[in-house]
Amino acid sequence: MLLNKKIAAFGAMAAVTALALSGCSASTTDANAPVTLTLATVNNGQMKDMESLKGEFEKANPNIKVNFQVMEEGDLRSAVTADVANAAGQYDIVTIGAYEVPQWGANGWLTDLTPALTADKAYDVGDILPPIKTALSVDGKQYAVPFYGESSILMYNKEIMDAAKITIPAHPTWQQIADIAKKVNTKDHSGICMRGKPGWGDLFAPLTTVVQTFGGNWYDMNWNAQVNSPEFTQAVTFYKNLLDTAGEKDPVSYSFNECLTALKEAKTAMWVDASVAASMLEADDSPVKGKMGYAHAPVVKTKESGWLWSWNLAIPANTQHKDAATKFIKWATSKEYDKLVGTKLGWAKVPPGARTSTYSIPEYKAAAAAFAPITLEVMSAVNPAQPGVNPQPWVGIQYVAIPEFQDVGNQVAQLVADALAGRKTVKEALDEGQKIAQVAGDAHKTK
Amino acid sequence: MTTVTPVAPSMGKVAKKNVWLSRSLILPALTFGIVMTQIPFLVTIYFSLLNWNLLKPGEIGFAWFKNYISVFTTGDLVPAIIATVGITGASVILSLLFGLLFAVLLDRKFRGQALARTLVITPFLIMPAAASLVWKYSMFDTNIGVINWVTTTLGLPTIAWSTDFPLATVIIVLTWQFTPFMMLILLAGLQSQSREVIEAASVDGAGPLRTFQWMTLPHLRQYIDIAVLLGSIMLLQVFDPVAIMTKGTGGTKTLAYLLYERAFIGLDVGQAAAYGVVTVILTLIVATIALKTLFKVFMAGGNR
Repeated sequence: MLLNKKIAAFGAMAAVTALALSGCSASTTDANAPVTLTLATVNNGQMKDMESLKGEFEKANPNIKVNFQVMEEGDLRSAVTADVANAAGQYDIVTIGAYEVPQWGANGWLTDLTPALTADKAYDVGDILPPIKTALSVDGKQYAVPFYGESSILMYNKEIMDAAKITIPAHPTWQQIADIAKKVNTKDHSGICMRGKPGWGDLFAPLTTVVQTFGGNWYDMNWNAQVNSPEFTQAVTFYKNLLDTAGEKDPVSYSFNECLTALKEAKTAMWVDASVAASMLEADDSPVKGKMGYAHAPVVKTKESGWLWSWNLAIPANTQHKDAATKFIKWATSKEYDKLVGTKLGWAKVPPGARTSTYSIPEYKAAAAAFAPITLEVMSAVNPAQPGVNPQPWVGIQYVAIPEFQDVGNQVAQLVADALAGRKTVKEALDEGQKIAQVAGDAHKTK
Repeated sequence: MTTVTPVAPSMGKVAKKNVWLSRSLILPALTFGIVMTQIPFLVTIYFSLLNWNLLKPGEIGFAWFKNYISVFTTGDLVPAIIATVGITGASVILSLLFGLLFAVLLDRKFRGQALARTLVITPFLIMPAAASLVWKYSMFDTNIGVINWVTTTLGLPTIAWSTDFPLATVIIVLTWQFTPFMMLILLAGLQSQSREVIEAASVDGAGPLRTFQWMTLPHLRQYIDIAVLLGSIMLLQVFDPVAIMTKGTGGTKTLAYLLYERAFIGLDVGQAAAYGVVTVILTLIVATIALKTLFKVFMAGGNR
């Protein structure tokens, strides 16, 4: 009896396996067989727009269905990392940040898209913003296509500046901004709002750009940690003094969303952060719509200090449906897609910061007149290969493109938070941070 | 699993049958429990011996006790234990005191008593993450928070809660959340107290304070024990206010938050597993002592 059951079970399993195998082989050999693509993505507005428009793609390609799996950023990062690193093959297309692309590309986890993109003249790969293309390439091979991108800019409340009779230059220095912040700092509103929440993607996104324009960096060309170097220390001290004298009162609680609210409620006069915030400040429901001014991110020793970030579509190396997946990511990042979003969902919703041609669409220029020109200007000017004063052994601006950086950035951010609160001096915090960063740097020295 | 137990010889056939019946009834739950907890634990122990960072798939290998050595040498463990014990201890004591106060107030009859009781219980029904968000924005925020509105109206300086007083921030939120829990247990204790005893005491000339100190508090003793034990067990795993408000700065990096950091920010499966094993061993020690005390409380209750 038991034996019979076992045999039956074994038979069933064999049958299933055979079916599965035949299914696999069919999908790889027969180009016209129906294909279902699984796409993992982050729950940002632009991605949800893409999901709502996928019907257009499926209409044009009746053999391909696209299945969206939308997740929170943190969940997406761990789910996709685990899947791709272990070659589990659950996803045919993944949405990943500019931080992951060069690392995963170098690991051989992603499909090299260069041949497919350059072969297609209509796709016009040269139209992708050059700094973004640099950030997504390793040794001349492009491993992902940008869906939308951003830099960081200075945003300020024009009414407060006018009342204080202050004009902000288009290319301010940090010293100018610190002086202005002190001048306009009152009981009702702070002079400036900067991220202080400990985290590699919170505090250290703007702080790394400050460090780099002060001439410091996380590592030198030989992966020696530079966290307690004079320039790094000077930059963090400047950041702390800026927050102490004219910043928001409770920096550890403040990151992107909190500063955005503060600027909207006129509780702060200035803010240096992601350019994508401008579209929210100029949205119809924003109380400061039309009252904002925009300028380049403040600098010290470099010409530009904006960061560079993009959300990108990439194809894991082991997917079964490479051709169909390539077709879809080309569609979602094409010039036609921009127009589709504009006509179907509104021109202000066109994904920004990926293609140069986006900024010459007349309807988009009109809808984003306040911030589109400066975004394009900054995004074309920044140099992800060397954002600071000295050369660096990785490509990327507000992060270090090594796997350990999330962890190192987080731990050092917690130490800097102690310094912001006065529990440690800046020197003590950075001396400790230097040790943490050096352990991670040592792992890359042998390569 | 043999039948040889101290009581076996005195048992009759029926009694034996009953024992086996109860054992077989508990078996599915026991099996389920073992499968759901012990197998993952064994897997965790195995993981903790591996050199396995999710971002470095090429370097997976057996590492023996390297992860355990790093757990004890990086110097993160002891501060995390101190933070966990400190936060748990302070929150339990404070919520117990407030809980006792509210329980005594709610123990007397007044109009709207049911409504008041429901309102006081509400904080405990809110999800911990939601409670932390509510406190972060509507209470502690320096621009729109209630607390800072009060202090600035009184002419006092604005308080940067998460930056300057991270420990107090976490403890305040936890106290707010767990006061109702303590109150419920203590209220049950108060309501089980016989009215006659209180009346007799007042006839004998004892004032309310003396009655409370010498009659009510001793009666509440076992309820307080249970409240402290259950509260400590729940608060040991505190994570939400730390993750949402202080991010582990200023001595608020509890064991649970440290574990999360190693696993989901460091993406170091091996090291996180080692932290997990160490945490389980520590918890086992605490839980064994705590459970022994808990059973003593129940025994004492049964003996009375």
